[in-house]
Amino acid sequence: MSQQLAQKLGFVLLGLLSLVVIVPILLVIGAIIYSGLPAVSWEFLSAMPRDGMRAGGIYPAIVGTILLTLGTGLVAIPVGVGAAVYLSEYAQDNVFTRAIRLAIVNLASIPSVVYGLFGLGLFVLLLQFGTSILAGSLTLAIMTLPVIISTSEEALRAVPMEYRTVSESLGGTHWQGIRRIVLPQALPGIITGVILGLLRAAGETAPILFTVAAFFLPRLPQSPFDQTMALPYHLYVISTQVPAMPLQIQHGTALVLLAFVLSMNLVATLIRSYFRRRREW
Amino acid sequence: MVPGTSPPVRKRMEWVIETIIRVLGFSAVGFVAMIFVFLLLEGIPAFVRVPLNNLFDSLWYPSLGLYGVLPLIIGSLLVTVVAMLIAFPLGIGTAVFVREIVPGWAREILKPLIEVLAGIPSVVLGFFGMITVAPIIRENLGAPTGLTAFTGSLLLAYMSLPTIITVAEDALDAVPRSYRDAGLAMGATQWQTIWRVVVPAARSGILMAVMLGMGRAIGETMAVLMVTGNAARIPDSLSDLFMPIRTMTATIAAEMGEVARGSTHYHVLFGVGLILFILTLAITLSAASVMFRRRTRGGLR
Repeated sequence: MSQQLAQKLGFVLLGLLSLVVIVPILLVIGAIIYSGLPAVSWEFLSAMPRDGMRAGGIYPAIVGTILLTLGTGLVAIPVGVGAAVYLSEYAQDNVFTRAIRLAIVNLASIPSVVYGLFGLGLFVLLLQFGTSILAGSLTLAIMTLPVIISTSEEALRAVPMEYRTVSESLGGTHWQGIRRIVLPQALPGIITGVILGLLRAAGETAPILFTVAAFFLPRLPQSPFDQTMALPYHLYVISTQVPAMPLQIQHGTALVLLAFVLSMNLVATLIRSYFRRRREW
Repeated sequence: MVPGTSPPVRKRMEWVIETIIRVLGFSAVGFVAMIFVFLLLEGIPAFVRVPLNNLFDSLWYPSLGLYGVLPLIIGSLLVTVVAMLIAFPLGIGTAVFVREIVPGWAREILKPLIEVLAGIPSVVLGFFGMITVAPIIRENLGAPTGLTAFTGSLLLAYMSLPTIITVAEDALDAVPRSYRDAGLAMGATQWQTIWRVVVPAARSGILMAVMLGMGRAIGETMAVLMVTGNAARIPDSLSDLFMPIRTMTATIAAEMGEVARGSTHYHVLFGVGLILFILTLAITLSAASVMFRRRTRGGLR
C-alpha cells in the first residue's frame, strides 16, 4: 500500500516538473503574441522604418530574412541532401564514414557566434565578399548542414530495402534506383528536415552579426553583394542599441519573427504527419 | 534505359554524379577542418602578441590593452553550470514523465510543445528575458539590476531543455520492453521499475543528453548577451550569481563588429572563439564517445 502511495506521489512530482517545463513555453509565446499584436498592422509589415527606426515599419528586415533564408537553402539543400544520399546509399561502415559522422556531430555543436567569426574571416575578409547576403547565406548554410544531413539521412534510411533491390532486379543502376525510387519516397522526410534546418537559420542572429546585418538600411538590397537588415538582428538592435525605442515596435518585431519561425515549424510538422499517415510502408 | 542516351555516355554521367555525391559526403569533414584552421590562423597571433600573464589575467579592458580572458571563461562556465543544475532535474524528470508515464495521446501533445521551444529564436527569448524575466528577478531577489548571471542561467536552462529531453527520451526508448516486464513481474511497482531498472539501463544516454545540453548552453550567444549585464568580473562568492557577468560568446558578439581587422583585439577575439571551439569540441567528443561505446557494446538496442 505504501509503495502504491509512493508511486502516486512520484508521478505527481514528475507531472509538476513537466508543468514547470511546459507552462513557461506557453507563457512566452502567449506574452509575445499578446503584447505584439497591437503593434502589427499592414503599415508595420510593409513600410520602411522612419525616425531612426522609432516609427514606420520593418519591411526591409522581413525581406532581408526571407532572402537570407532562400540563399541559405540554395547552398545547404544540395550539399546537405547530397551528403545524406552518400551516407545512406553509398558509405560503407568504415573509418572514413565514422569520421564524417563525427564531423557532423561537431558541426552541430559549434557555437553560432563561432560560425560568425568563421564567416567574417573567410567569406567577408579573405574572399572579399564584403558584408553581404552572399557571405551571410554561406555562413548560415554551413551552420544548417548538420540538421539537413541528419534528418535527410534518416528519411532515406526509412525507405525499405526491397525498393532498392526491386529497382536493381529490373536492370536499373544504383543511381537510377536512388533518383527514381528512393529519393521520391524519402522526399517528405527530406522536406521536413530542410524546413527545420532553414527555420533555425532564419532565427539566428550571431552568425549574421558580422557577415550581413545592416544596423539601419532603409532600402531593399539590390544584389547578393549588398548588406541587408534582418529580423533577428533588427530585434537585437532595437531592444538594446537604440535609446528611447518605443516598446510597441520591439514587441511587434518579436512577434513577426516568432510567427515567421513557428509557421515554418508548423508546416514541417504538418508535412511529416500527413505523409506518415499516407505512405505505403 | 533513357531513350537517346547511349550506354557509355550514361555510364560516364553516372560516374560524374556519384563522384559529386562522394565529395558532398565528405564536405562536413572539410568544413570542420576549415573552421578549425581558420580559428587557429586568426587566433594564434593573440597568444604571440599578448603576453600570457596579461592574457590569463582577470582584467578585460581591450581599450587599455588588457586582454585578461579569465573573467570571460569563468563567466561562461558559471552560467552554464548553474543552467545545467536547473535543467538536469527538469529535463530528466520530463523525459521520464513523457516516455514512461503519460499515455500515448498526451505524448503526442507534449512532444511538439517541447519542439516549439527548440524553435524559438534565441534573440526572441533574450528579448523576453530582458522585458519580463529581468524585472521579476530585480524585484524579488533584491539584485540591483535584473541583468544577472542567474537570469542568463535560467534562460539557458530552458534553451537546453529540448536537447536534454529529446536525447534522454531516445535513451529511455532504447531500453527493451522486456526489462520493464521483468521489473514488473518481480512485483516491483512501475515507479520502482522506472528508477531501479529503466533509468539505470539508459544512464549512458542520459549522460549524453546532459552533455549535449551543456554544449548547447555554453555556445549560446544572443540570449546571454542580452540578459547577463556584460560586466567582465570574476565572481568570488555565491551571491555574485545575482550580479552582472560576461561570457565568451557575448564578448565576441558585442565587440567583433567594432574592431579593425588584424588588430590585437581582433586576434584576441578569434582566440576566444578558438577556446570556445575547443571547449565545445571536448564536450561533444566525450558525449560521442559515450554514444559510440553504447553502439559497439550492443547490449541495448
